[in-house]
Amino acid sequence: MMKRQLLMRFCAIPVAGLVLVSCAHVKEYQKSRLNDSEMILANRKVEKNELNAQTYREGSSGANGGKTGGGCGCN
Amino acid sequence: MKKICLTVIGMYLLMVQAFSQSTPTDSSIYKGRKLKLDEVNIVSSYYDQTADKSAVMGGRPDAKGIGNVTDLANGFDIRFISWDGKGRKNSLTGGLGIDYHTAASQAFVDSNGHAKRNGTRIYPTIDWSIENEQKGTEFGIGAYYSAEHKYYHSIGLNTSWSKKTKNNGEFTTKLTSYFDRIKMIIPSEFVPVDSIKNVNAGGDSIVYVTTASGRTEALSYGTGQLLDKGTPVHTPSRARDTYTASFSFAQIINSRTDASIALDLVYQSGYLGLPFHRVFFNTGKDTIENLPGQRFKIPIGLRLNYFLGDRIILRTYYRFYIDNWGLRSHTAELEVPIKVTPFFSISPFYRYYIQSAVDYFAPYAQHSPDDKYYTSNYALAAFTSQFYGAGLRLAPPKGILMKSLAAIEVRYGHYTQTTALNSDIISLNLKFK
Repeated sequence: MMKRQLLMRFCAIPVAGLVLVSCAHVKEYQKSRLNDSEMILANRKVEKNELNAQTYREGSSGANGGKTGGGCGCN
Repeated sequence: MKKICLTVIGMYLLMVQAFSQSTPTDSSIYKGRKLKLDEVNIVSSYYDQTADKSAVMGGRPDAKGIGNVTDLANGFDIRFISWDGKGRKNSLTGGLGIDYHTAASQAFVDSNGHAKRNGTRIYPTIDWSIENEQKGTEFGIGAYYSAEHKYYHSIGLNTSWSKKTKNNGEFTTKLTSYFDRIKMIIPSEFVPVDSIKNVNAGGDSIVYVTTASGRTEALSYGTGQLLDKGTPVHTPSRARDTYTASFSFAQIINSRTDASIALDLVYQSGYLGLPFHRVFFNTGKDTIENLPGQRFKIPIGLRLNYFLGDRIILRTYYRFYIDNWGLRSHTAELEVPIKVTPFFSISPFYRYYIQSAVDYFAPYAQHSPDDKYYTSNYALAAFTSQFYGAGLRLAPPKGILMKSLAAIEVRYGHYTQTTALNSDIISLNLKFK
């Protein structure tokens, strides 16, 4: 059961990749909403210390632009 | 007659179009532009935590296991940009962070609760990148240093490369390494006591004790009174190395939607526990936590942003994490910025997190002395957590109070874990351009 769940999760990744690749062509003048600062595909600077606190208090990290381990007095 | 006029007009328009092509620019004569200040960011946060079952006291559930923490974190970064003779954009960013924390559990590094409760961490960074806008590529390198009072210091290095695709996508790869040295400051009951009896004129003896704070102190044998604070002694340190390969791909899907996927491959080796974390066995005896010398982690993150209507943005994030210590976790976040005006927005958010325990975790006094690896650090236990709050962002085009203050962002969040840890954090970001 666990193996099937893991397999399903890993299969979701190439599916997500296909979704990303099969996209409409967007011209520069159509990017006004995409260029909004709150559409950024990353954590904002104001969230930096929240991410650090989560790294100290949780066992997992990474895949969010923050630390993945090391560089601090934490696990 | 009409046909001749139309033909002449058509030929004229064709001639105008032929000569309307702009003359291609010759990039070889491009002149570089000087270094200029582009952006300054200041981020400050205040963090306040209440908890019990601290790792310093081996997950002890009573008053001695108190894990209350406060942290005042301040940092700024400054970015300079310039263009070189080939028209490439160079960015140089320098940063400095200073954190001051108090931790109630830190006092119990000394078994009587007399160790120092506070500490300061300083961490400068520097990053340089060069971007070729014509080719859509960017290359960068960076360095990082961190030092926390008496506990450790760390050196970090990174290099990155990114490439834009023809269909509004961008692929990025980054290699990062951290080289940590952890001072082996162990709980006081494990520090060897060197007794040198020296009978003085009063008939008393002197005991020399090497303390967890790294000093040899002279105490009266009879009364325990501190006679001399003594001199610092060498505390050994152990290495911990972390290597990360990061891969990400971002894609514009349509005029309202963009998304990205990120994968990290992380390898750690060396001393991966912390020397001041106790573990109590089921026999009542205590020791220092012992964890394997290698750890391999794989987090995978997905982001999807959607601009709903004219005023609402949906920011979503999901992460799956797995490592070879047995820990699995899921993270799901939703943030909804609402544009009250084009320059002022309110952003409520919610984050849900669930993790399984590492294979080596057990609560207070439940480990067997026969276990090869053992920890009672509740950051590695099974739990769920929730983090929720809201942010405000103000960014008018003409600045706030002064033209250079381009944006102010304030954000508050409350965090709660099923391990009885609760915390609040409030953050402020000032952006100057």
